[in-house]
Parts: sequence; C-alpha cells; structure tokens
Amino acid sequence: MPVKGTPIGTPAKVTQRSKTKGGIGESTLRPDGTLKVTGEFAYSSDMWHEDMLWGQILRSTVAHAEIVSIDTVEALKTPGVYAVMTYDDLPTDVKNYGLEIQDTPVLAHGKVRHHGEPVAIVAADHPETARRAAAKIKVEYRELPVITDESSATAPDAILVHENRDDHHIGHVPHPNIVHRQPIVRGDVESARERADFIVEGEYTFGMQDQAFLGPESGLAVPAEDGGVDLYIATQWLHSDLRQIAPVLGLPEDKVRMTLSGVGGAFGGREDLSMQIHACLLALRTGKPVKIVYNRFESFFGHVHRHPAKLHYEHGATKDGKLTHLKARIVLDGGAYASASPAVVGNASSLGAGPYAVDNVDIEAIALYTNNPPCGAMRGFGAVQACFAYEAQMDKLADKVGMDRVAFRQLNAMEQGTVMPTGQVVDSPAPVAELLRRVKAMPMPPEQQWLAAGEAADVRQLPGGLSNTTHGEGVVRGVGYAVGIKNVGFSEGFDDYSTAKVRLEVVGGEPVAVVHTAMAEVGQGGVTVHAQIARTELGVTQVTINPADTQVGSAGSTSASRQTYVTGGAVKNSCELVREKVLEMGRRKFGTYHPAWATAELLLEGGKVVTDAGEVLADLVDVLEGEAVEIEAEWRHRPTEAFDLRTGQGFGHVQYTFAAHRAVVEVDTELGLVKVIELACAQDVGKALNPLSVIGQIQGGTTQGLGIAVMEEIIVDPKTAKVRNPSFTDYLIPTILDTPTIPVDVLELADEHAPYGLRGIGEAPTLSSTPAVLAAVRNATGLELNRTPVRPEHLTGM
Amino acid sequence: MRVNFTVNGRPQEADDVWEGESLLYVLRERMGLPGSKNACEQGECGSCTVRLDGVPVCSCLVAAGQVEGREVVTVEGLADYAAQRSCGTGACGTSLDEAKDRKAKPLDSQTGEGTQLAPIQQAFIDAGAVQCGFCTPGLLVAADEMLEHNPNPTDADIREALSGNLCRCTGYEKIMDAVRLAAARQGEAV
Repeated sequence: MPVKGTPIGTPAKVTQRSKTKGGIGESTLRPDGTLKVTGEFAYSSDMWHEDMLWGQILRSTVAHAEIVSIDTVEALKTPGVYAVMTYDDLPTDVKNYGLEIQDTPVLAHGKVRHHGEPVAIVAADHPETARRAAAKIKVEYRELPVITDESSATAPDAILVHENRDDHHIGHVPHPNIVHRQPIVRGDVESARERADFIVEGEYTFGMQDQAFLGPESGLAVPAEDGGVDLYIATQWLHSDLRQIAPVLGLPEDKVRMTLSGVGGAFGGREDLSMQIHACLLALRTGKPVKIVYNRFESFFGHVHRHPAKLHYEHGATKDGKLTHLKARIVLDGGAYASASPAVVGNASSLGAGPYAVDNVDIEAIALYTNNPPCGAMRGFGAVQACFAYEAQMDKLADKVGMDRVAFRQLNAMEQGTVMPTGQVVDSPAPVAELLRRVKAMPMPPEQQWLAAGEAADVRQLPGGLSNTTHGEGVVRGVGYAVGIKNVGFSEGFDDYSTAKVRLEVVGGEPVAVVHTAMAEVGQGGVTVHAQIARTELGVTQVTINPADTQVGSAGSTSASRQTYVTGGAVKNSCELVREKVLEMGRRKFGTYHPAWATAELLLEGGKVVTDAGEVLADLVDVLEGEAVEIEAEWRHRPTEAFDLRTGQGFGHVQYTFAAHRAVVEVDTELGLVKVIELACAQDVGKALNPLSVIGQIQGGTTQGLGIAVMEEIIVDPKTAKVRNPSFTDYLIPTILDTPTIPVDVLELADEHAPYGLRGIGEAPTLSSTPAVLAAVRNATGLELNRTPVRPEHLTGM
Repeated sequence: MRVNFTVNGRPQEADDVWEGESLLYVLRERMGLPGSKNACEQGECGSCTVRLDGVPVCSCLVAAGQVEGREVVTVEGLADYAAQRSCGTGACGTSLDEAKDRKAKPLDSQTGEGTQLAPIQQAFIDAGAVQCGFCTPGLLVAADEMLEHNPNPTDADIREALSGNLCRCTGYEKIMDAVRLAAARQGEAV
C-alpha cells in the first residue's frame, strides 16, 4: 500500500517580507464593513430588477410517495401568474443534479423521497400571488412506507430509496440504501483487546443540526438577449453551481453568467443548489427577471442538514493509561439524496479515532439513504459527530483507569510524526497535549457568584435566566474538557485548486493591486485576507477586491476550512508571479543604473522596489509607466489520495487542524436547565493572517457547537418522516443570553507545507465545543448522557 | 391601499400596497430600503428591527397599514438619527473639520469609507462584530436604542437588550465588545 509519509510539493517560502501597512498578521478591518453596517450591502435577497417576477416553489407535503397526478390549471388561471412549471416542462434530458452523485431531481418525477421536496414552480408579479397560486396546484400522492433508520433501510424487503443506482459507490456498498461505506483498518484489534486492562463501550446519538444561516436562500435570474441568463446568487462555490445548472438549462457554461451576491452565512448549507435552477428556468420561460427568496419555514426544507448519527465505540487501555485499540461503527443518516454524504463518510471514518495515537483500529462508517431530510455539509463535516463520541469515551476510560481526564488525553495525544489510522504520517505540528494544557490553565470563572453578590445577585446569570426560576437552589457546577481533529481542504484525491487573477497598475499616480477570484465571501473574511496578502506581496497600500463571479477560474468551495489556505495560496502565488514580472520590467528599464538590480534580493514595499537591505531602487509608478501587469493562475496544494475501499489506508488529507475546549456549566438539577458559564478555547492556527477574524471564527464555531450540545435539533417524526419544527420558534439557536464568554488562546505553530504556515481554522472549534459542554453537564449531574442535544427531560429523568 | 408614513425623517407614500404586506416588505421592496433584513419573517430573529415612533419592533410583524402617519427609522437612517440625538436641541450644523473629512477617498465606491456613521455602527466595524452581516442592521438598531436610555449598560443589560436578535456567525463576543466600545466612546464624548 503506498502511503506517502513524506511531504510532496515544495514548501511555500516567504521571500517577500514587505512591511507595508495592512499586510498579513494585522487585524485589518473588513472592506465590506461599512456597507454592512449602513444596510447598503446587497445580499442575494436584496436584488431588485425592473419588471421582475417572484418565484415560488411548491413542495411535497409527504415524505415518500408516488405522484399520481399534478393539476396546474387553477394555478395558471390566477391573475398575475406568468408561468407554472413541473418536471414535464424541463427543457433537456438532464433533469437531476448533485454535488457528487446526480440523484436529486430538479422537480419531482413520479415520486417524492422526502418531506419538502420541490414538485412545481410558479412565477407571478407579487410573492403572495405566487404563493397562493402554488397552493392551488393539486398534487395527488400515493403514499409509500417511509425508511427512517438503518434497520428499515437494510431490511430484507426494504423499498429502495433510489431504484436504479449507477453511481460509483454502488459496487462496494452492502445495500443499495447505503450511499457509501468506508472502513479504516489498521493493526490488530482482536489481539490488542486481549492486552487491554480496561475496556469501555458506548452507544451515542447525535441529533440533526441545521446550519441556520440568517440570509435565506435567494437570488435573481435575469434572462439575457443572447439566450443565456445572468444569475445573482448566494452560494459557497460559484463554479460547482454552474457545472450543475448549465446542463439542466441546456446552455453552455459561458451563457450562464454567475455573480456572487451578498451571502448571509453558509456553514455548509449552501454547498448544494437550492433555488438556482428554479429561478433560471422561470426567467428563461417568462423572458423576465425572476427573484426567489425563501422564508425561514422553506429554508428549513431548502438545504441539507448536518447528518444525525448513531455511533458505537469501544476503546481499550492498559492500566497505565495507554490506548490499546479502538473499534467503532458510525451510522450517518444521509436522508433522501446523496449530497455530500460520501465525503462526510470519509471524514467520519478517517478522523474517527480523534487526535490520539492508537495503533489498532477498526472503524466503519456508512451513510444511509432514507426518507428523512437530505443531509450533507455542515461546519465540521463528519468529524463533529465522531468527536462527540470519542471524547465521551475518553472521559469514561480515564475514569476507569483512574487518571485525570486531561492527563489521560495528554498521555495518548497524537503529535507530529504520529501515524493516523489511515497510515498517513502527521507531518506538521499537532500540539494536542499543549492545547489541552493551555485551555486547562486558563483562570476559572468564580463559583457561586450569586452567593458573593448577595442582594445584587443577577438572575440573568443563573440557569433559567430571565425566567427567574432559581436564585441558586439546586444549581450545581460542572467542568468538562474536549479536543478534536479536523482535516483542512477537500480530501481523498480531489483536485482541490483555486484560481486568482491579480493586476498591478497605476491609478491616479498610485500603484493599485486588483484581486479577482471566484471565492464566495460568506462572512468569513476572505476578502479582508486577500487584500492583506496582496499588500504583503506587492507592497502597495491600495487593493481592490473585484466581485466574485464566473468570469475568472474556479476558487473551489468556501468549505472545509480551506479558503485562506487555497484561495489565499492562489492570491499569494499570482502576486508572486506579478512581482517577478514587475521586477523583470524594472531590471530592463533601470538595471544598468544600480548593480543591486542584479545581485540583491528585491522586494516591493511602500509602492517601491527596494533591496532586502532597504535601499530604494525605483518607484513602482516609474517601473510600470502606465502599463498594467496582470496574471491569472491556478494554484494547488500538494495532492492527496483516495482511501483504500477495504482498509481505508491512504494519504487522504492535506492538513489537520486542532482545537480544545473547556466548558464550565451550571445546571439547575431540579429543572434540568443548563447555563453555560464559560466556553474557553485553545486552537493552533499555524499563522493568524488576521487575528481579529481568527478569534471571530473560533468564537462563532464554538457557539454552533454549543447549540447542538444543549438546544438545536431538527425533529423528524419517525412515523411519517415529516419535519416537525421548521421555524426559529421551534428550532432554537443560541441567543446572546445562551452564549457564555468565550476566551480564546491562539497558538501559532507553522505548517511548513502551507502558505505563510497557516492552518485552516473555521471548523475545528465546532468539534470539541459540543463534547466539552456535555462533559461538563455530566460532571455536574453524574448522568451518562449519551445523546446530544441534551434537553431538560434528560437531566430530570421526566 | 395607499400608506403614508415618515421613513428616516422623510415623508413617504407607498401605493398599491396589498393589505397583507408587512412593513418589512414595503421598506425592502417598495421603498428601496433593503437594510432591514428578512432572516425569518416570523418575529424570532430581530434582523428586521426598526424604530416605530421610537420603539424597536420587528418590522416583519407590523402590517404596513399600521404605520399610517407614523415615524419609522431604519438602519439606513441610523447615522442621521444618532447625529440628531447627540446634538440635542442646539444648532447642529456641519463643522468645517467635519466637512473636510467628507472628502472622497479612492476606495469610497467599494468600501463605503467616508460614510458618516453612528457611533454604534463604527464600533461594530472596529470590534470585528460584523461577519456575514445579516444580523447586523437589526442589532445596530436595537443596541442604539438601548444605549439611548442606558448609556452605561452592564454586560447582563446588553445581553438582555439584544436577546431578541439572533446572530449565527460571531458567537456574540465581538458584538458585546462593540456595544461596550460604543458605550465607552459615548461616555468619553460627554
């Protein structure tokens, strides 16, 4: 088995050490900040066009049924309605789409497979007219039994969710209702188990989480005179959308021109298409611009969720606390369509052992096809579910061995050089023990503040908060720790590249860099960082970030903690190419005037060409003389490889990223109310290109982990597979009252393979936050709590 | 129906309003003021918060007809609203220094630099409280209103005042920082 333990590709050498203000490492402010605070920033739902129509989607009211008939007559007769379209109106033979497997119908064909599946679309001159017309479409369903879990999916007589699978996973899955299966096998678990002095087993359940980005799915499609369409859209990956949209419309990709609109958060929920094709279809059918904006109810049906999971774990340890083995089985519910399920399986299995050195491993992860809502990408992507389980196991095992829980983790922590269960050698810093040490060393919030405060005690700081349910009676403190491991970038051999076009020119007597990529800015601050990179590499103050669109090459997805690494790497690379060209121009023009042009290492700094000793050789304005230097280039990180389908061995991930949390909770044990007092995080970020944004990412990720620990869950009725809580009234995300202070300790240990040594950061804090909170609640209550989110009834036993 | 009301100090008239339309819809789709956001349209997230006769409300829950003859302040008018408040009843012309500051800068068209901002708006930018920004307008209106009547809020006061505004990106820490910063700057200025 070829396992690449040694790095391939050239480490990125930082030759440009420009001190230009606003470069990397500084907390520069967002270039879109002013527009966002004044309300002028144009999100996809803010688009407006003269003469525009509103699109509305009719969705299935049942989870699994044959469609007997669809009657659109009454809807079409509604005044103000311009078009009603069903499957029969699709213009080409391409009627499905999908990220990896094209199994998702643009509009239902003969069958619906989940509650809320799109069946028909309407365009009208007012959104309410469109809604009412859609309600007039009569769909007759013949209901089918619902498949909702592993036993119903793999029963001998189970109905197949997809009858005629021909995707590339069907050959290796044990049942057609399993999307993908990935075992990871290393060492010898059976004999290691005999050496174990202690064995712990656990069965864990992880609920279905929603990304709950605040900007709803929305966009505007404008038909063009050339027969094409211009689409203004919020997405995570323009070119992936384009690849899926154009064939359904029957248009070449250059006639579907996509521009990124303002994106109101994403968190994985915008990896799949939502209303893109529907808006384009209606625009092309009516010849008018069509805007579609989901409301929150529809948004809960309009995007995939985080896979709910059942996880069975067995760990063994010797009496001195060393892990002997791990056996795990992870069952992810992928719902009705594949979405990102195969890659989520790859992550859950390959990262299923957590950030620990363990030689004997037998992990199996599968994703099911069911009639539950489709699940796909969400921040943490398969690694989140596993972390919840293995961290619960670590506490149980530490207790059995009789060791401190943090010390037990540190004893077994992986480090640089550790061999992963996939056989991959971790070839950059993996400061797992150090992160735990740091998070443990942070000062503790004072105990029983309500006693010290006496009369001035503020109920808002107690469990139950403003509901005034306790003044401290029955309130118990608990502390919990957890640490996690996440991969960065697209893995398993995916050609994970990005493209950047960079131009250096003189505008108004001043050198200006223009950066153009297709990177989706979803709030993470990529646009801030791109400007910083350009300043550092090209030594200019003024940087213009052009809007992201499909007029430039793909940037890949704003997912997998990858954009600063990969598109940041592409911007850096293109800047370096521009710089070389500029220096060449300088040498040609001025080389004879100063020997340093030929002998010294030259930098661009403060709008000038300078030697590494600081001597100014020329002004950029004079070098360029009205000429612009522009380069568009693709950039790739070192390649990864697929996991072996039987053993899971392979150099699957380009980079790993780690975070640790300490949660401090106070639990009203009588009412089962949890107040998280503090959720401290320590994370290695390699290099913080923008420290303010880095901390913002860590705090935001931590809070999403808190949400799935104590409140967030999409409830699906097991009898009907219908979603029961599609609203912010019933699906609760943390408010500012639920969220504690989040002190952050940032460690910067460079990964020599990555641009500037940086490490992707967005997802790692979402992993360990959840198990840390659960550990703290267990610590406070003494309960086992093997499911998340934990709710009051789990704590009071009611 | 026709609705007449004042938005950000200017009298406005909306025609052909369907009776079921919300104030949020009229602002966004009829008045060209999309700053108030449509995150949930069910009164749970606070992203559409505006001042209605001074009181913060979710504009998605207010029927357009209810605002007949009343005054609405949206995030687009927040800077002017805060400026008028800070000058009280005295003469509030533009000082020469202020006027000089308004000179256009090369990046204005892209970043909005040079725009007059309310202190809370500036504090949100400076503290890193803006990520995707979709919750920001509602939070700004709510936070500005709190600081108007409680210039020295405790952390618990801030959390209570902003508890009706969901944010999914930031974990609220930088929002807390921004409100503390705005309060501190407001204190210094007095």
